[in-house]
Amino acid sequence: MVVCALTKQSFRRYLPLNLYMCVRLLRSVFVLWALTRYGFAASEYKYVYYYSDALLTICLYLAVLHLFSHVFDEMGAEQYLRFGASLLLVGTAIFSYLAVHQASNRLMTRFVVEMSQNLYFIGLVLTYVLWGAMLKLRESRTQLVQLVLSLGIHFSAFAANYAVANLHLQGRGIFAYLTQLVGIWLPAAWTYTLLRTPADARLVPARLRTPADARLVPARLATVVTHR
Amino acid sequence: MIAGLILAASLIALLQFFIFYCRSVIASSSTQVLSVQTRDVTGIVDARVGGDDFDRILELVQLCPERREDRLPIRFIRAYYELLNLLRLTFARMFPDVGAWTERERGGCAYFAAVTLDHRIAFSRNLMAQQMSDHF
Repeated sequence: MVVCALTKQSFRRYLPLNLYMCVRLLRSVFVLWALTRYGFAASEYKYVYYYSDALLTICLYLAVLHLFSHVFDEMGAEQYLRFGASLLLVGTAIFSYLAVHQASNRLMTRFVVEMSQNLYFIGLVLTYVLWGAMLKLRESRTQLVQLVLSLGIHFSAFAANYAVANLHLQGRGIFAYLTQLVGIWLPAAWTYTLLRTPADARLVPARLRTPADARLVPARLATVVTHR
Repeated sequence: MIAGLILAASLIALLQFFIFYCRSVIASSSTQVLSVQTRDVTGIVDARVGGDDFDRILELVQLCPERREDRLPIRFIRAYYELLNLLRLTFARMFPDVGAWTERERGGCAYFAAVTLDHRIAFSRNLMAQQMSDHF
């Protein structure tokens, strides 16, 4: 994704997104090192895996805030957004800690699973709010729309995945594989967006609504796309 | 309890984001003009493509050398197409508006497949030209 951003001259435009991808690469190397040193079953590996994942999710929050700033750049509401997102993040950490602290006989790994689930869910809420704002403000940049929607899929898939792990449902073993599958989604989708979508391409997000959203008015559903 | 609620909300959001994403990919491909070669191969006369052509065009896409970057979107649009087929078989019978909408969307999926085929044909031609120039 970073290479594509460099070749398409979008590196600086989406700098936090590219930095996130670089951090993600470093994290993968670190996790691989922990795997080879301690082994798959070791608790050290699990701690490295889950806590680095939590840190990576927090990095992704910064990427979401950057996308917020893209959408709200004309309204000057960035500082309020940053404050709100920080408050949300601290609240999530405290809530996760309190929820697990009540059951102190449980393992620490239980805490990290619960925290990851909450972090992803908060990310999902943030992305949902961003998407709602984009629809309301009639944001038309195709690249931005696709980047945000890819992020929404990423957060919701991971939140659902961790919720299943947390619920201890039957057949949750499949979700260990799903995590890896969902993990490749974000780099692949962002790469596709940067490669295939021209920076000046425009579309109307309100027209992306389904009949259920548009209260079954088919005339409003024809998708209109324009290029500058 | 909270995990259950998060699971339900996440799955609903996932479905919504998935549909929006697929529609945005289809929308951005709908502006691209097909080459004469692709029109000849697929039999598409104007920009309107029938939803039933999707499988046929996708088979043609699979005959071309694969490109890594469009592998995932093809799978996504394929899943979206199947979802639309499911809607067509269930809700579309009860709500005619939904039927018309699914048909339009299926046509959009088919056009996306045609655009992908167009890119792959262009890619194959470039590849062949490169090989020829290397050979001579």
